[in-house]
Amino acid sequence: MTDTAAEATREPGPGGASGASSTANSGGTGASSRGRTGRRDRPNRMSRKHREWLAAGLFLAPDGLGLLLFVAVPMVLSVVLSFFQVSGFGSYEFIGFGNYERMLNDPLFWQSMKTTGIYVVVLVPVLFVVSLGLGLLVKQKLPGMAVYRTVFFLPYVISLVVVGLLWQFMLDDQVGVVNKAFRAVGLKGESWLGDPSIALFSVIAIFIWVMMGYYMIIFLAGLQEIPQELYEAARIDGAGPWKQFRNITWPLLRPTSFFVLLMSTVAAITGGFELIYVLTQGGPANATSLAIFYIYQQAFVFGEYGYAAAMGTALVLVMIVCSLAIFKITKGGRFDDGE
Amino acid sequence: MASDTTAAPGAARTRPPGPGRSRQRTARTGLTLLAIVLAAAAFFPVLWMLSASFKTRDTVNDGKLIPSDFTLHNFVYVFTEVPFARYLLNSFIVSAVVTLVALLLHSMAAYALARLRFPGREVVFTVIFSTLLVTAPVVLIPLFLIVRQLGLLDTYAGLILPAIFNAFGIFLLRQFYLQMPRELEEAAIIDGCGYWRVYWSVILPLSKPILSALSIFFFLANWNAFLWPLVATNNPDLTVVQLAITSFQSEHTSAWNYILAAAVVAAAPMLVLFFGFQRQIVESIKTSGLK
Repeated sequence: MTDTAAEATREPGPGGASGASSTANSGGTGASSRGRTGRRDRPNRMSRKHREWLAAGLFLAPDGLGLLLFVAVPMVLSVVLSFFQVSGFGSYEFIGFGNYERMLNDPLFWQSMKTTGIYVVVLVPVLFVVSLGLGLLVKQKLPGMAVYRTVFFLPYVISLVVVGLLWQFMLDDQVGVVNKAFRAVGLKGESWLGDPSIALFSVIAIFIWVMMGYYMIIFLAGLQEIPQELYEAARIDGAGPWKQFRNITWPLLRPTSFFVLLMSTVAAITGGFELIYVLTQGGPANATSLAIFYIYQQAFVFGEYGYAAAMGTALVLVMIVCSLAIFKITKGGRFDDGE
Repeated sequence: MASDTTAAPGAARTRPPGPGRSRQRTARTGLTLLAIVLAAAAFFPVLWMLSASFKTRDTVNDGKLIPSDFTLHNFVYVFTEVPFARYLLNSFIVSAVVTLVALLLHSMAAYALARLRFPGREVVFTVIFSTLLVTAPVVLIPLFLIVRQLGLLDTYAGLILPAIFNAFGIFLLRQFYLQMPRELEEAAIIDGCGYWRVYWSVILPLSKPILSALSIFFFLANWNAFLWPLVATNNPDLTVVQLAITSFQSEHTSAWNYILAAAVVAAAPMLVLFFGFQRQIVESIKTSGLK
């Protein structure tokens, strides 16, 4: 290959920067004057194009292999495992749909799915409203706002284990500060983590406290992208805060809302393990045994890897269905267009 | 967060004076009060934990925010009765190695995806992107079996390797590289630099802002990780700090002054990091959102 041929396949034109697909380099006619000034004396064994392919492969290889081995293969293996009975160390026996049959007849599995359902259905909307509210609040230019933002976000950087310990201390029936406060104003207080009808909601409340700052920041970013002039114009037209929210903020915030909804749903379906582990161990009376916690127990406490994998696969299916539903309902396109 | 205050600085001043002025001021005062109350409520649990960690065994449940007999004994206890320094070191090693390796590998992959042209690029990207939906807890079991098969249970490698690979970082870096101007890179190619040189001496230095933001984010996520260390390690020498505080709790039931001191020690590095690099953390979350 000669230098000129190598240069011709390069595409220094301005159009090359964004989203040029792999086909775009075939007809590289636009070698600019700047392109021609560069003189390379190194002999070119491979064509420029092929060198670029090779380089791309090498750059992608380490991460690609890692993702393959530690993400993609486990994903596939999870499905494969679900058809096996795995006992103790290393003996695998194919049992067809046995694990799934067992799952469908396992009342604890259904209870864990129901618990997860309640958890998601309560957590996602409340978290959405709270974070949007905080986002709207901290967007205002008020004295000390930077401090409030920091404070709202702070719980997010604390690990869920520490959060669990901290709230266990605060919610203790006898000595916890929450019940002390209740008693101080003449109320009885509750067994926040000990009462099966309350415990799950305590966990949800704690999780909202942890995550609200994170989604607040995402909402804030979305809000700040809305052009200020729109509000100015609306104000001149006499639109009040509610009208401004309804007609400007809400529609323009749609991509952000979609993103938050999707992420928080996915996170809620498979998340929350640490809090449950520290706060309740799934109790009382399995009231807080989220699916992910039950799966963990089956696998790592009882050694039922195959059965746990079947439930994990079911959970992934639920997650995919929910994500698709959110996509459909919100017509949320903009999220994955990449550029 | 500092950058936010610069947005539309003139907006407040251009408003015409009139009867709406005083109502607006009341609204602003109301909002400020609301923000103060909410922030105080949100901050209270953290404050309560800090306060309890400085109380004695006898006063930890006294319900006072200011410790009446302030003591550092709990922290001394945590570091002398339990090898907490070792746990912190383990967490540090794992988090630091994961962060460094992940940033290098992710930025390499992102560079290829954003800047190099090769057949199937969009497909590769879509495949990588779709692994974002595979959340860690769900592949926990097969991952555990793979790592066990590789003989990596109870090793640093077993803690570190699976934590490195996630598409989130690749995705963010790719977005960043797509927006970067091409000129410098092209000049380097014209000068005869190979792709590695271009990446190493042009792309990497230019990615400093996003790399520093991501590094804090990765470090934080790995420091706080719990589930994988829980299943992947048994050896007390490899215990990370998040695991350590849960077993510390079960050994010290209701000795809340000790438990919360341990919790504060586990959380302290993240709090320091947060107050030091708040802006980067917030920026990296913002970019993770959209665009």
